[in-house]
Amino acid sequence: MNERTLRIALPLFVLVLVLAVWQAVVSIFAIPPYVLPAPGLVLSTLIADGGLLWRSLLVTLGITFEGFILAAAGGIVLAIAFNQWRAVEYSFYPYAVILQVTPVVAIAPLLLIYLPQPLAVLGCAWIVAFFPVLANTTLGLKSVDHNLLALFELYKASRWQVLWKLKLPAALPQMLAGLRIAGGLSLIGAVVAEIAAGSAGAGSGLAYRIAESGYRLNIPRMFAALLLLSLAGVAIFFVLSAFSHLMLRRWHESAIRRER
Amino acid sequence: MTSGSKTVVSLRGVDKTFESGVEALRGFDLSVRDGEFVSLLGPSGCGKSTALRIIAGLSKPSMGAVEWPNGAGGAIGFVFQEPTLMPWTDVAANVRLPLELSHREAPAAVNDALARVGLAEFAQAYPRELSGGMKMRCSIARALVTEPQLLLMDEPFAALDEITRFKLNNDLLAVWQELRRTVIFVTHSVFESVYLSQRIVVMTPRPGRGFTEIEIPAPYPRDERFRTSADYARFCREVAETLGKAMAGGAP
Repeated sequence: MNERTLRIALPLFVLVLVLAVWQAVVSIFAIPPYVLPAPGLVLSTLIADGGLLWRSLLVTLGITFEGFILAAAGGIVLAIAFNQWRAVEYSFYPYAVILQVTPVVAIAPLLLIYLPQPLAVLGCAWIVAFFPVLANTTLGLKSVDHNLLALFELYKASRWQVLWKLKLPAALPQMLAGLRIAGGLSLIGAVVAEIAAGSAGAGSGLAYRIAESGYRLNIPRMFAALLLLSLAGVAIFFVLSAFSHLMLRRWHESAIRRER
Repeated sequence: MTSGSKTVVSLRGVDKTFESGVEALRGFDLSVRDGEFVSLLGPSGCGKSTALRIIAGLSKPSMGAVEWPNGAGGAIGFVFQEPTLMPWTDVAANVRLPLELSHREAPAAVNDALARVGLAEFAQAYPRELSGGMKMRCSIARALVTEPQLLLMDEPFAALDEITRFKLNNDLLAVWQELRRTVIFVTHSVFESVYLSQRIVVMTPRPGRGFTEIEIPAPYPRDERFRTSADYARFCREVAETLGKAMAGGAP
């Protein structure tokens, strides 16, 4: 078998194995579904509750997407501002770090007090996702080849020419790495906020369904919702990876296959 | 190409001390005539690259002055030790950059510059698809595209293999003879400096200063016959001995 086939076949084999063991354990020990539902039951719940879960998934994905876009825009704009005006960097960078290191689970309840619920959820998604974009883009903007900077200086390039034609393209690989992390994180932020909001009795996203199903001991639906969430995370990761690859495939080492 | 030509640029008693306290140049004098091919020769750390950056205006002298008798006008072309290309765009866009930065449109100039260094067929290639020698050619084309009065080259071929270096030496001489631009070429290779230059400025290390100057009166065009001639060997020996004295700190 060639490497490509193996890379698809082996994880599939592991999946089948785990599902088989799971199903067997549930049958042999006659574990009730409110403790551990069998994979088959999870799947049939997913189909039976499909409409409800799908609507919830769309709500969560909508918030994730909005949070991601705001985080991407905010992170990149802030990184450019930091890069252009040192005073801005010195003034705000410490607070960006504080925002990042404070666990979002702890911030979510506060946001829910001060903001209307949809905004609070969005705020959480933004807070966790914007920092990697900011940090990576800042690093990228700073790691421009010094000789290229000298070249731009030699030809009397304006500040904006240096930014547009040199620093931003040079920072693109790091920026895209930041966006890839931010995609997953904005989903986490949205979920955390929904759970926090859900316990306050509001919301209709997928995470709220998980919390709600938990209260009702509807464990199969919890698993089904969890499955959908993790599939959503995987999809986000693949979309962003593909985007990154598309942007870098002509020139960056990370996107180019090594020939041996 | 006679010694009677006008001076393009001269350094007068230039000192350069970096913030770290390293003294790169002390009392360095240099005068370069129009159309001349001059090499600055010395061991690494002798301040020759610093001198080049000061001429380019990329670094300010701590003391002394850079004088441009005909006005500081006229673009400068600079070729770095590394190709220093933008990896995210193709060869043509890299060469076009100096024009773009000064909002000039000159597609013909880009094609001319590429053709001059033998890269016309690689205009759409990305830098990573080129060999080391071709990247350097691209870098030279970029320096030529503004038709600069003065071309500054900072050990441009130091990282290349000998076969490629000889080829690029020949091509550089051909370009120089055709365009008659002034070239200041920094190198640590005795052989390269003798092969290329009309005049070699031998520098002493730490701090860098002019030790002595040697004229290489061999006629151009120079080619492989010159490289294997007794004259070339004799010039190389003379320059190598002088460089040895410069490094030992003796008298010229």
